[in-house]
Amino acid sequence: MRRVSSWGRLSAFPHEVIELGDRSKIAAELARGRPGIAYGMGHSYGDECLNPDGVLWRTAGLDRFIRFDETSGRLVCEAGVVLGDIQRLAIPRGWGLPVLPGTQFVTVGGAIANDVHGKNHHETGTFGDHVLSLRLLRTDGQEIFCGPAQRPDWFAATVGGLGLTGLIVEAELQLRRVPGPWLAAETIAYSGLDEFFRLSAESHPAWEHAVSWIDCTSRDAVRGLFMRARPAAGEHGTWRERRLAMPLVSPVSLVNRLTLRPLNQLYWTMNKRDVGPRIARYEPCLFPLDAIRDWNRLYGPAGFYQYQCVVPREAGSAPIREMLGAIARSGDGSVLAALKTFGDRWSPGLLSFARPGVTLALDFQNRAGVETLFEQLDAIVSAVGGRLYPAKDARMPRSMFEAGYPRLGEFSDYRDPGMSSAMSRRLMGS
Amino acid sequence: MRIVVIGATSAIAEHCCRLWVTREVCDLVLVARDVAKAGRVAEDLRVRSPASTITVVETDFLDTAAIGRLAAEAAARPIDIVLIAHGVLPEQSLCENDLLVCRDTLEVNAVSPALFAEAFAGYFAKAGRGTLAIIGSVAGDRGRKANYTYGACKGLVARYAEGLEHRFAGTGVSVVLIKPGPTDTPMAAAHRASGRRLASVEEVARAMVRGIDAKRPVVYAPAQWALIMFVVRHLPRFVFNRLNL
Repeated sequence: MRRVSSWGRLSAFPHEVIELGDRSKIAAELARGRPGIAYGMGHSYGDECLNPDGVLWRTAGLDRFIRFDETSGRLVCEAGVVLGDIQRLAIPRGWGLPVLPGTQFVTVGGAIANDVHGKNHHETGTFGDHVLSLRLLRTDGQEIFCGPAQRPDWFAATVGGLGLTGLIVEAELQLRRVPGPWLAAETIAYSGLDEFFRLSAESHPAWEHAVSWIDCTSRDAVRGLFMRARPAAGEHGTWRERRLAMPLVSPVSLVNRLTLRPLNQLYWTMNKRDVGPRIARYEPCLFPLDAIRDWNRLYGPAGFYQYQCVVPREAGSAPIREMLGAIARSGDGSVLAALKTFGDRWSPGLLSFARPGVTLALDFQNRAGVETLFEQLDAIVSAVGGRLYPAKDARMPRSMFEAGYPRLGEFSDYRDPGMSSAMSRRLMGS
Repeated sequence: MRIVVIGATSAIAEHCCRLWVTREVCDLVLVARDVAKAGRVAEDLRVRSPASTITVVETDFLDTAAIGRLAAEAAARPIDIVLIAHGVLPEQSLCENDLLVCRDTLEVNAVSPALFAEAFAGYFAKAGRGTLAIIGSVAGDRGRKANYTYGACKGLVARYAEGLEHRFAGTGVSVVLIKPGPTDTPMAAAHRASGRRLASVEEVARAMVRGIDAKRPVVYAPAQWALIMFVVRHLPRFVFNRLNL
């Protein structure tokens, strides 16, 4: 037994961790009869990848490439391959992943199971939109090959399926042509949500990637930095990855009610210097969370929550305004609050998160009383038919999950009874 | 670069191969007991470096005739590096309670690497150049109750490497003994109940490849283990024997 935490570090319960390394031996490991869940890089924030006192199948050792066709851009790899490794393999050959979440340290299996999205949802949709097929192993020994064209029902259940339909062993991905590792990027300072929506509308389709940082401590006149980027051809100098690291868990959360305002001010001042156009590597633009390794330790021993919701486009800016107001009044909040719009497309999975609308994501230090704020935010999101992102969640009420994910009933038929996580028990009862 | 890897399915060896093939076009000979698994490693390396040549060779790690034959065949063309990486890490209590497990552990971790080292040393002596890299362990630096059977094997490997280094001193042949600390590999997985933070395989492989490039006689990976083991080796008995290391 070994203590395991997820990215939010809210708990560290013992788990029986089984290392998967050889894909020919996985079926035997799954058949041992105790329910478990796959654990990749452990970058989901809440309890989705946890199974206290139970089994975790760790996929870190399942990280081999199988085939890459440089003429068609089709890549077959094991499910534990990390997205950053795909980028490093493919970019020099003129290919890249069409969808990249905010960190490169997630596995292909995790990206599928959460149907992750990037800052270019308008353009490329979600990760699942680029999966050509996948191989799923069930705990009863059954092997299922599925994709949009074969057994599409299994595919729709597995994409965004929170790892509950079986263990994803390998996948075939369709990469897309990229000119290289550089992006033409632009940062624009703005104030007010109307300005944010105007910038979002104006940036599409000329700018592929768009996201905004907002100062969640700024009350009425929301101030923010709108960042947009598009692929840039050519060579633009040499680049060396520099990463700071948080060497140890801070004894108290460094992000707290006292530091929140100064830290937001600091972020604003530091990044305001970048206002204007520039050429940058894709890593700092697309993976802002990777700038500091183990940054989750900043939140101290009690860990932190992330709250990421999407509200439908029809609801307009009112719910976002209400949420920002509630957060500012509470005195809680985060340094890296992100706001972006999703394109007008629905995702391929039964339980996929992304949908047409606006998504807001914030971190909150885990402290007594923060749940009261979450309940207020839940009410705002639910009132307009929005939903929360399970990859980030550790606490949403079951009723909110059921209301936000109306296809849950269909999904249940595809669950593997041998797959169970703390999240599945919390939100689905088993 | 032509490299022969003994025990190519070991996680550390596999990651060294990844670093080598992404750096330059290589001719790799992967020697393994489990050819199916080695085939999957080869498949991955070919995707990473389509221009490299990757060959899988099956062998018995304890059959002296097979080891001799393998070395002779591999040496038909010049070799730059031989990496001897195979090993097993059983529970110490199994070695204590079952002499068969104890003997197998000694054979696979100590006798077999020494035989491979000797077989390739013959080739290197003739060629007059090349690098013989062997994976030892920090466990070989001092016997501890937690893993002394494994530790003794790695101690033998260390002494053997030291002797070879002496034998090849002043020639173009270098001997590199790598001593990884506890690493996050499937082999060590069973022993990490303590929840102690392990070095990542990538980190250890990077340190190894750097050490082999520099032809350093002893490489601790990660480097901080050099200091830790210096202290452990020099603890007086009356202190050491009271510690629960």
